[in-house]
Amino acid sequence: MSELLALSGAQAAERIRAGELDAGELFELYRERAAADELGAFLWLEEGSPKQAPAIDSPLAGVPLAVKDIFCAEGVPTTAASRILEGHRPLYTATAVGRLAAAGAPMLGKTNMDEFAMGSSNENSAYGPVRNPWDETRVPGGSSGGSAAAVAAGLAPWAIGTDTGGSIRQPASLCGIVGLKPTYGAVSRYGMIAFASSLDQAGPLTRDVTDAALLLRHMIGRDPCDSTSLPDPGEIELPSAERLEGLRFGVPPELTGEGVEPGVREVFERACATIEQLGGGVEEVSLPHSVHGISAYYVLAPAEASANLARFDGVRYGLREDDGDLLSMYETTRDEGFGDEVKRRIMLGTYALSSGFYEAYYGRAQRVRTKISQDFANAFERVDFIFTPTSPTVAFRLGERTGDPLSMYLSDSCTVPASLAGIPAISLPAGLSDGLPVGVQIAAPAFSENRMLDAAHALERAFGFEGRPR
Amino acid sequence: MPGELSTILDHIERISELDLEGVEPTSHVVALENVLREDEPRPSWPRERVLEEAPEAVDDGFAVPSPGAEA
Repeated sequence: MSELLALSGAQAAERIRAGELDAGELFELYRERAAADELGAFLWLEEGSPKQAPAIDSPLAGVPLAVKDIFCAEGVPTTAASRILEGHRPLYTATAVGRLAAAGAPMLGKTNMDEFAMGSSNENSAYGPVRNPWDETRVPGGSSGGSAAAVAAGLAPWAIGTDTGGSIRQPASLCGIVGLKPTYGAVSRYGMIAFASSLDQAGPLTRDVTDAALLLRHMIGRDPCDSTSLPDPGEIELPSAERLEGLRFGVPPELTGEGVEPGVREVFERACATIEQLGGGVEEVSLPHSVHGISAYYVLAPAEASANLARFDGVRYGLREDDGDLLSMYETTRDEGFGDEVKRRIMLGTYALSSGFYEAYYGRAQRVRTKISQDFANAFERVDFIFTPTSPTVAFRLGERTGDPLSMYLSDSCTVPASLAGIPAISLPAGLSDGLPVGVQIAAPAFSENRMLDAAHALERAFGFEGRPR
Repeated sequence: MPGELSTILDHIERISELDLEGVEPTSHVVALENVLREDEPRPSWPRERVLEEAPEAVDDGFAVPSPGAEA
């Protein structure tokens, strides 16, 4: 049994296709483990075997998938970890989930998250926090904290999440697994409950780089239901590189200096040395505007969220708190239905968009976004990748940052710039600091996922990160 | 919450120091074009199933409290 748990998603699929492993047995093994979960990683679990048994000759061969609760699935409770959607059963299935199911990965369950993906610790879930399997007094990161903890604890072979400013990469880093945010537009957002539509992207959280490539291969592609999904971004290949000859990694001092804790910097510096041992080059390259990433992000994302979340009004689905006339029904429903962080962002967003402040906040933030994109474009004339720590710190303690939203926001300072630029980035575990995982991030030009995955694969082999939670 | 919002806004206001004269705003990293399709009837969601999700339905539609507020 423990031998089965040691298999990556790709390895398990291979065994099933070879007739050496029964897909139903694997599904039941994970279902039982997830049912016994004490980390709070799941909000809903498949009760029996999958509704439609996948063909064993399908690419993903029936290896079960944990799905962040932000993805709609027909008839399956979908809440985005918010009270306002309690009991909601969507009429349709998100394209990313549907494509993975068609490729042979049935849904194992829905994972916990920060409410509407707003948070970096999973403490903003209306259904309780998720604990980090490496140390249960610590957060798993967020917002895809349930997906990251489930994969790290072996409650699921692999998972998907969404990333708006770091919500796949930061929890992957804090839980010692791989997390990939694709180029904006590579994966359809249809059926993903919207947070900030110009930033949201779905991607995989997996045990290794090969699994991330395999899931991504079956997620991408044009979808007529999402006008921002791009035509044929090109097939994702399984990575095979073992060396980094000829590849240049740019290290921006703005994202690797102040604010990065010493233990994380130590692992990051060792990772830079590993790049050189593999034949790659490491050089300093400036991203001068990236220090303003968090400021711009916390105008743009809340502004978009304040518009997107207007749809939750107690009329068509979800919670209604009735209290007299129509206006007070709207007000009471939203007051009872949304948690504090969601309210904070709606207020920030509406403030930034209000007529007297629009140009000073929203207008300027959009221009900062242009400058951040230009910084990356300039850097990519000199280097192939941007290399940074994924998170400035290791997993912090539950409750440590809940009283100080700004310190919570700053945990995404290394991941937000790539989100604003719409470029792909991957986090992979590079080592431990005081027994807790440290992730490093490789960001690459738009639609160069294959080269990014190859570089991550070579580094993964060299890091030899075998760490698993106790 | 007011104190927290002030702290966040103070941080955000650092972007007021930047010289952004002549910089085009980015609303979206993908160049979006309007897309039109033929206006042809096609099946929609079954009304009963849609109304199952509603907190309150009446006849064939969503029910809402009275707008009230008699002038």
